[in-house]
Amino acid sequence: MSTTNIPGLSGIIQHEPLLWEKGKKGRRGMCVPASDVPVAHLPAELQGQGVNFPDLSEVDVVRHYTRLSQWNYGVDTGMYPLGSCTMKYNPKINEKVASTPQLAAAHPMLADELVQGNLQVMYELQEYLAAITGLPGVTVQPAAGAHGELTGMLIFAAYHKAKNSKRNKILIPDTAHGTNPASAALCGYKPVPIKSGHNGILDIQSIAAGMDEETAGIMVTNPNTLGLFETNIREISEIVHAKGGLVYGDGANLNAVMGIINARKCGVDVMHLNLHKTFSTPHGGGGPGAGPVCVTEELSKYLPAPRVIKEGDKYRLDYGQPESVGRVHAFHGNFSVLLRAYSYIRTMGAGNLKKASQLAVLNAAYIKEKLKGTLPLAYNRPCMHECVFSDALLQEDKISTLDLAKRLIDCGYHPPTIYFPLVVHGAIMIEPTETECKEDIDQFIEVVKMIVREAKENPELLRQAPMRAKTRRLDETLAARHPCLCG
Amino acid sequence: MKELSEVIFVEKLKYTEDHEWVTGSGATLKVGISDYAQDQLGDIVFVELPEVGATFAKGDQFGTLESVKAVSELYLPVGGEIVAVNDALGDAPELINQDPYGNWIVEIKPSDSSELEQLLTVDAYRQLLRG
Amino acid sequence: MRYLPHTDDEIEEMLAVVGRKSLDELFCSVPDACRYEGSMGLPEPMDEWQLTAHAQRLAEAMQVDHTYNVLIGAGSYHHNIPETIRTVMGRSEFLTAYTPYQPEMAQGTLQGIYEYQTLVTRLLGMDVANASIYDGASALAEGLLMGLRVAKKKAKVAVSAAVHPHYREVARTYLEPTCYEMVELPVGPDGRTDLSGLAAIGDVAAVAIQSPNFFGVIEDLETLGKDIHAAGALFVTSFTEPLAYGLLKNPGACGADIVCGEGQSFGLPRSFGGAALGMFACRDEFVRNMPGRLVGQTQDLDGKRGFVLTLSTREQHIRREKATSNICSNQGICTLIAAMYMSSLGGSGLGELARLNYSKAEYFKAQLRAKGAKIVFDSPTFNEFVVEFQEDFRPTYERLLAKKIVAGLELGKYYPEHKGRYLFCVTETAAKEVIDAVAGEVKP
Repeated sequence: MSTTNIPGLSGIIQHEPLLWEKGKKGRRGMCVPASDVPVAHLPAELQGQGVNFPDLSEVDVVRHYTRLSQWNYGVDTGMYPLGSCTMKYNPKINEKVASTPQLAAAHPMLADELVQGNLQVMYELQEYLAAITGLPGVTVQPAAGAHGELTGMLIFAAYHKAKNSKRNKILIPDTAHGTNPASAALCGYKPVPIKSGHNGILDIQSIAAGMDEETAGIMVTNPNTLGLFETNIREISEIVHAKGGLVYGDGANLNAVMGIINARKCGVDVMHLNLHKTFSTPHGGGGPGAGPVCVTEELSKYLPAPRVIKEGDKYRLDYGQPESVGRVHAFHGNFSVLLRAYSYIRTMGAGNLKKASQLAVLNAAYIKEKLKGTLPLAYNRPCMHECVFSDALLQEDKISTLDLAKRLIDCGYHPPTIYFPLVVHGAIMIEPTETECKEDIDQFIEVVKMIVREAKENPELLRQAPMRAKTRRLDETLAARHPCLCG
Repeated sequence: MKELSEVIFVEKLKYTEDHEWVTGSGATLKVGISDYAQDQLGDIVFVELPEVGATFAKGDQFGTLESVKAVSELYLPVGGEIVAVNDALGDAPELINQDPYGNWIVEIKPSDSSELEQLLTVDAYRQLLRG
Repeated sequence: MRYLPHTDDEIEEMLAVVGRKSLDELFCSVPDACRYEGSMGLPEPMDEWQLTAHAQRLAEAMQVDHTYNVLIGAGSYHHNIPETIRTVMGRSEFLTAYTPYQPEMAQGTLQGIYEYQTLVTRLLGMDVANASIYDGASALAEGLLMGLRVAKKKAKVAVSAAVHPHYREVARTYLEPTCYEMVELPVGPDGRTDLSGLAAIGDVAAVAIQSPNFFGVIEDLETLGKDIHAAGALFVTSFTEPLAYGLLKNPGACGADIVCGEGQSFGLPRSFGGAALGMFACRDEFVRNMPGRLVGQTQDLDGKRGFVLTLSTREQHIRREKATSNICSNQGICTLIAAMYMSSLGGSGLGELARLNYSKAEYFKAQLRAKGAKIVFDSPTFNEFVVEFQEDFRPTYERLLAKKIVAGLELGKYYPEHKGRYLFCVTETAAKEVIDAVAGEVKP
């Protein structure tokens, strides 16, 4: 019998049907104002038949979504150690700032002089991100990390086209996130996979072997998805630059190195950031995010237009960039997300952002040290903000990484990232972030140790997990074989 | 997943290093995937089939098999023209999991029958999996 | 610092466990040449109260604020948002949750998205909808790329010039590095797309028409759809104002193959253009070519209904460079907000609100005509329309601005042929007095 203190308990979970399984025709959930103008009639041939939405009262709708929310688990519920996702605490003051009525009501096509407040936010955020990365040219238009990657690839394409240089390949490490090759492919680049060295990082020889004058450059995540710093990054950049290529930095793991590394000095030419990771904006169950892109002075002319510039004490949208790759978003990107990140940076300041990175790395290193006897480390090297274990020991008991993850749910935790990166068998990637305190981390460590013991002593607890969530394990095969995508 | 001793092999078929089997010796050949392959893939949820009449060279990708979390390319063991595809797999991709040797995927008219000789015998395939 | 819980003692204890003497030593694998020199040039940190005051200063720097009547649509609409949405969608179980990759503990998000997908298919008359793209513009770009994938051997797409100018710009940006060509279709004098030159363009994979279009004009989608299919192309429709489909015949009923557009009207504040909501739907036969996340229904080990992300093999984390798109996220909380808005309105409410918008615009048009202004396009419109004034409208515009009314959007920047003409939008938020005030300032 275990004496470990686990945070997960059972509770009352309400059943709640689908929207169209409740309600009654004629109910209304929100006010439609009475008409103060004569009723006009649309020509009959343009009219539709009416839309088959359910009719629900306000109470119906509020209860529906309240109950749905109670089936979920957020950062506010408990620890969320998803590797490469940086599930840090989402500050509530940022929500308030983002909902400031004057800023939130703004129409995006109003003349510059009428919206100086919002333009100031965008301008200052551009400046802050430039300071943090060391790369002076910034666009805040991309609406997500992958969108930023696409923007970066478009900049690569524009740069090479301007030099009349025909490049159709790009180097991508085998540890890369799937969005990297996908974004490269959208710009006509064939990804050339580069195997990481035996020590988990890229070695100079593989890059030298792969880089040629038909290769646009390389996409590097640093620290990489194994949580390791790419120590050879400067040499790698030199090799790529020597053959006329560019270096793209995937900034998903920036939380490990704010104020510690200067991306420009590492040799990075183009870099995207994930505001919903490093800069505390909430994940929202899948979005919205924001993926600003920072580039060198030389590449600034290719950034999406418009960008915000400052003339005297006035802010202005500058469209005067003839070599810009163009727009990637209808308007200014996810402005409400930018506002949250802006608030976060104003709250933290340089000192606290650097402290955040240091503590994020400390938390991960601590977990790595405490769990390395329990689970096999993928690479026994100093880790950054995340650490990766494999499933080698579990496999001996015929338990999978998935089983471990599902048992963590029963214990009241969101599982770490599993089965990524692909180079580690049954990977378990743990990123605690800096906002987890020591006793919560100690408790997590104890629970993982308990589960690994259970794998030997009582494996059914893992195989049947989760038992305490809204549902038991779901049949994903059925969902894929006979897709039922709407009701 | 199965242990090697549990994997089923069928004697008279030819095999490829990509875990496909080929049968037939007349004007047409049938192609499918081995028991080892279906076991490794897990539950197959979708089969992407080529169009009848399309031609491929030996080693060309002619289709894919999808499980929930992975996609596997299918490569043609012997070059030729697709004369038939197994339509039953559209509604019931699980047939391949249930009986990988009884459910062929494509039927081809080979352009060069000598390519058939280059394929593995069941013993050579078994050896490949062991090694 | 309230987001950094470690005390000095704890840091010391943890460093000892890790075998390092200082926080700096944790970064021994970082070469000196990569190091950040000095401190990042950022302003001094603000506490919560200072930040609140700062936000207030930024608010005061907005000459046009939430108390103004901004009579502009053009892809960003002012609609009333019920307080229920702010309250319930602010719940941290929705807001601070991640993508539902562990479905058993994310059924709230998953059922919510499944319901959203369903409501969108019903709104647009299509078979299947995804969990959203970033915005209407990227949704159009993805729709065109999808059309090219489905059509396989064709290399051109045609897009109406009456599609939102920014949407066309984004589509061009996405197509630029590919071998595909985008051709624009002209707009006729009636404000509707002129398809007569389609045959001359040659092998077109897909044709995109926005309705209501940028000028607010309702396109004859049914006729256009027939012609486009006759030319062997896929029919892609776009929209910026989904409320229109509470009244108009939906794109599905007009033969659309792919429908993409902007969902901001459904419960999202304008917020300077984002966060937005790219709605995307298509016919069943194309579902495996669709970009973006999809939620499907299934059951658990006990046979209980549940929801999961599905058909994931289309996506980047599995297919990598062969994925249908590079998109990883969706607009998340925005999709749930839109679903909550749609379910709050209900079928009857949606129709009533759409008719109200239409009536407001028709009333406004009548008032302007009475003052001698010209409604540029004869064709039916929804809640937006283009006006030409007898005199230079700019002084009137400034007078109205002083009365806290933004009287439309001048079109010269986007369509040189419409220089001096204004695009107006009125929704349920524009009281009759405001409409009368604008008409009142127009010189007959």
